[in-house]
Amino acid sequence: MIPAEFGYRRAASVAEAIGMLTQDEDARLLAGGHSLIPLMKLRLAVPSLLVDIGKVAELRYVSEGPGYLAIGALTRHHTLATNPLVREQAGLLAAVATEIGDPQVRHRGTIGGSLAHGDPASDLPAALLALDASYLVSSPAGNRVISAGVFHLGFLQTALQHGEVITEIRVPSGTGSYGFRKFRARSMDWAMAGVAAARTPSGIRVALVNMGAVPLRAAAVEAALSAGRPAAEAAALAAVDTAPPADTSASAGFRRHLARVLTGQALADVDAAAPGRAGSVE
Amino acid sequence: MSLTARVRIRVNGELQVTAVPARQLLVSYLRDDLGLTGTKIGCDTTSCGACTVLLNGEAVKSCTVFAAQADGDEVITIEGLAPAGSLHPVQRAFRDEHALQCGYCTPGMVLAVVSLLRELPEASDADIRRGLDGNLCRCTGYTPIIRAVRSLAAGAAHDPG
Repeated sequence: MIPAEFGYRRAASVAEAIGMLTQDEDARLLAGGHSLIPLMKLRLAVPSLLVDIGKVAELRYVSEGPGYLAIGALTRHHTLATNPLVREQAGLLAAVATEIGDPQVRHRGTIGGSLAHGDPASDLPAALLALDASYLVSSPAGNRVISAGVFHLGFLQTALQHGEVITEIRVPSGTGSYGFRKFRARSMDWAMAGVAAARTPSGIRVALVNMGAVPLRAAAVEAALSAGRPAAEAAALAAVDTAPPADTSASAGFRRHLARVLTGQALADVDAAAPGRAGSVE
Repeated sequence: MSLTARVRIRVNGELQVTAVPARQLLVSYLRDDLGLTGTKIGCDTTSCGACTVLLNGEAVKSCTVFAAQADGDEVITIEGLAPAGSLHPVQRAFRDEHALQCGYCTPGMVLAVVSLLRELPEASDADIRRGLDGNLCRCTGYTPIIRAVRSLAAGAAHDPG
């Protein structure tokens, strides 16, 4: 499969990338390309210009910020899975990244690319929602911070305006134990449904993968837990207010069933005495 | 606006300086422009792993990388894994353990194993299975492939069977 023709420019810095993007309203940013290139090969995405930021070193870092872990937008899934700071301070992210796609995909795919793509079947956006993360975004107008809870607007739609570039992902400090579960037919597949749960300073937060057009908070589960209900009872509410897709791999009803079961398992991991562990079911 | 991109890519140790169409995939550049047809096109959808090459030492699927993105990078294909006439230890292990039948997945499989063992020289059986998540084989049933990798993983228990 061959993508439609497009112009190609390499940016050496974030500022240069923003300048290139703003000159062409059909321009798209290219990071690792593992969401965008498949869409371009299917000609579901036909950008006129790709601005390649893949080699912008200033976007590859993991560091400690004031009250949060700062992750450069070009940090690859492989780095998230293996970086000692991520593993220690955002164990849920490391656990999730370990289970994305396959090793080859993890060597190329980036956290910023996954967010900007905005696919509700992706694992990282839901995990970041559970972690109450926020995203630092640069544009010609300056910088702004977008909270994970308002970043995703619809299927493949985000709050990013044209010319805006995610530069940093901020994960608040103080997250405790966590659980991550997803169900796949084959090891490299996207999740039919998935659940990320984390004990945060404001209580246990639970977010769902592929249960609607955007990553969803399982608000009913969280409310039940904060009201002191047992985890099993709370997990039974995991599909409340969800709108899962129906496709060849699973019906909407099966996805609701999976959400309830996986939430129960993820919450059991959160409750476990161990500081944090995660798993997935295949 | 240019529909092409200038690239400097070191492929199997040889520096290539050329212009490529922006939309040309790395797998096409390697096969069609350089004649390195050891890299296979299987699914063309980032699934099967037949197009796996080493990019700066790490396994990637060259059907999902534009050649333009590899500017400044080093690519190793199956042709460049060992000097001509000799076999890389992973290739030798695949031969010794009969870890292939039709051979179509083998170049990608071998390069995925090289990448895996660089990262996890003492890979356990579970590591090996996970490390090959991205490579499909429709002949062997995987058992001899895992046996070949196990024979190379330092410290792993060797299964005489």
